[in-house]
Amino acid sequence: METKRQYEVVFIVDPTADDEVSKLTDSFTQIVTDQGGVVTKAETMGKRQLAYEILHHKDGTFVLLEIEGSGREIAELERRMRVNDRVLRYITVRVDEDRRRADKLKDRRARKAAKRPAPSGHARRGAAMDFAEAKSE
Amino acid sequence: MSTNYEDRPRGGYDSDDDQDRRPMGGRGGGRRMHRRRVCRFCIDKVDLIDFKDVRLLQNYLPERGKILPRRISGNCATHQRMLAEAIKRARNIALLPYTTD
Repeated sequence: METKRQYEVVFIVDPTADDEVSKLTDSFTQIVTDQGGVVTKAETMGKRQLAYEILHHKDGTFVLLEIEGSGREIAELERRMRVNDRVLRYITVRVDEDRRRADKLKDRRARKAAKRPAPSGHARRGAAMDFAEAKSE
Repeated sequence: MSTNYEDRPRGGYDSDDDQDRRPMGGRGGGRRMHRRRVCRFCIDKVDLIDFKDVRLLQNYLPERGKILPRRISGNCATHQRMLAEAIKRARNIALLPYTTD
């Protein structure tokens, strides 16, 4: 079976509809769940200024959703966001591959460090120097 | 218009937190010193560059809003690629500007 994909979805909500943010987030969460996905994190990043105007809006409320699923729910979610005129802009980024790669690199580094515990001479001198400095201060 | 990065006063992009990492300094004082530039992301062992991290990305956008080239920042190819990708994503959702005039 194929592993679950992970996505980060950020969308910008019309700042004049600030009270709808939580409602909108809930409805999007519902859409994802209906399609068999899981929303692992829903976070409002708050209102901030846009770097450029979008539909004559100078600022907007940013919401971040982290979604785990097959990819089908993303299609539906994006369709809904496109239709909804409260949503000024959205972006979906698939993150699982990059995260796996990052984990792998981290792992490799950890193993390398464990295998060859810092060249002794340097390490000892470094520690001694640190100690001396600490004492003199 | 061509932007000459080399002649820029070295302020904007290597201003705040990297001074301790570059003991040579080489700022001001007549002849330009050749300092070795190293990839900051490699030093910090960064594996992922998040497009939502505006503070970080802004260090690599000079006033004009263009992506700072590798020959200036000294980033390694891998990290420059990740950085460019992140900046482009951030631009898409208006976290960063495409241009500033």
